[in-house]
Amino acid sequence: MNESALAIEASGLVKRFGETTAVDGVDLTVRRGSVYGVLGPNGAGKTTTIRMLATLLRPDAGSARVLGHDVVEDAEAVRGLMSLTGQLASVDEDLTGRENLILVGRLLGLRRAAAKARADELLGAFGISEASGRLVKHYSGGMRRRLDIAASIVVTPELMFLDEPTTGLDPRSRNQVWDIVRALVAEGTTILLCTQYLDEADQLADGIAVIDHGRVIAEGTPAQLKASVGSGALHVRLLDPEQRPQAESVLAAALGAVHLESDPAALSAQCADADRAADAVGELTRSGVSVAGFALGQPTLDEVFLALTGHPADEAGQEEEAA
Amino acid sequence: MTAPATHDRPLPAPEAEAVRRALSSTPRPPRAGALSAALTFGWRGMLKVKHVPEQLLDVTITPVMFTLMFTYLFGGAISGSTAEYLQFILPGILVMSVLFTTVYSGIALNTDLTRGVVDRFRSLPVWRPAPLVGALLGDSVRYLVAGTVIIVLGVALGYSPAGGADGVVAALALVVVFSFALSWVFTTMGLLLRSPNAVMNAGFMSIFPLTFLSNVFVDEETLPSGLRAFVDVNPVTHLVDASRGLMEGTARAGDILLVLGIALAITVVFVPITTRLYRKA
Repeated sequence: MNESALAIEASGLVKRFGETTAVDGVDLTVRRGSVYGVLGPNGAGKTTTIRMLATLLRPDAGSARVLGHDVVEDAEAVRGLMSLTGQLASVDEDLTGRENLILVGRLLGLRRAAAKARADELLGAFGISEASGRLVKHYSGGMRRRLDIAASIVVTPELMFLDEPTTGLDPRSRNQVWDIVRALVAEGTTILLCTQYLDEADQLADGIAVIDHGRVIAEGTPAQLKASVGSGALHVRLLDPEQRPQAESVLAAALGAVHLESDPAALSAQCADADRAADAVGELTRSGVSVAGFALGQPTLDEVFLALTGHPADEAGQEEEAA
Repeated sequence: MTAPATHDRPLPAPEAEAVRRALSSTPRPPRAGALSAALTFGWRGMLKVKHVPEQLLDVTITPVMFTLMFTYLFGGAISGSTAEYLQFILPGILVMSVLFTTVYSGIALNTDLTRGVVDRFRSLPVWRPAPLVGALLGDSVRYLVAGTVIIVLGVALGYSPAGGADGVVAALALVVVFSFALSWVFTTMGLLLRSPNAVMNAGFMSIFPLTFLSNVFVDEETLPSGLRAFVDVNPVTHLVDASRGLMEGTARAGDILLVLGIALAITVVFVPITTRLYRKA
């Protein structure tokens, strides 16, 4: 067994589909025991990258080692150590939840009784015992995701690929999936997480690579990344739109560049720091401006993209994400 | 995402503590053997039939229709009496019905590929062809059902096999073995074509001429020479000869060996192709 401290070392990965270059020279380095986020819009090449690392696609150029094993030369060893939760839920819709878990358990080499016991244990732990006898096609999105993750840990993997685990989920299901991911991490599982949501990467990941047009365009901790974007903004709403010019000059003095929004009672200013934002709001009230409300916003993926690439995230999603 | 959720009340939230316990509780077992993995995939096929038994309609109704239609429509014209024609056509109908069913293996595989579950299967450390072998083993049960329906119906209509029960069982076994081999051709098609519909069209477009241009319905002696040349080299003709021989008690070892040889050849050629395509799909 290779005791390398790195779970993933990829260099120069390239994948083309006909004329389209879906992944165009991706380098990734992921430490064991960490959660690494790959952040990017639809069509950026996230799924294709994951599929190459998970041995489902052969790279056209470049190489990658997963847990010390080459993904092409030693694919079988890689498969024995990792598990994949794909973007389309990787469970069989025509079987029940319990049957799905037994199926995976048997395929991984558990004996019949052990596979059944393991299925029941996981159904209980993930809160889907009640639905265990129902066909998965009747599951809600959140339940399907939970079952999908449960199927990925029937035998505890050393590395887990999670491709957009919360896309399409309501906020409550999303939080539950996040809780599960945190529990996995607490047990030492390394996770490669693909996501379109900056706050998801921020919540879960230790390191983030931002990917666009098949290339890594920025890398760092969530904090570094947000700092590089020029952080968030203080949004202020006034009671009286008449007072906006006065508010604008106060905020400009306190924080710098001020943006007047299309709503005549609203304006915003670049600001990362909560204390400075609070001071600025204090300045406003002291100067006699009536403030109806204010908020300190985190930068969104759009803002990150705008800052890093000069174009918004949705313009990047032109090419089709390889299925 | 498209299916509506059917749960009415919220499910209990997963407990972080329970998830952690579940994570640490199973050591990695030794890798599943090739046969065990294939049988597990076969079990998956059986579960699908269990959940949607209507799937068996195509392997029960269609053979019944074929038998009744051909016997009573053509029997008088071809053999002078329907009873006599039934005696001739039943082994042929058996072959035809079961071969038609093999096309569905390709359609099912193509449908599978559009789902996310194939990613899961392909990312597991199991014998590469296991999902395919397993699915086709499961399908062989369907072939067996289709074949049994024909034989039971035939006997009910007055068919009497001179080869006895042994001969009938041997013929059925031979047809199922050949169909297992042939279904690899359709799984290859299932992996090459873009939609289940395309597989269905291409599949039936090839299986129709193969079964009709054979000795299923008529004695090849009656055919014009050009057509006869094709019929004589058609593997389906040899399968019908062998099955008819077994059921009539006049089988020649050469016929049976020839059929098994053809089945082996198809398998040897198409299993690697299908497996390779599946790995890349």
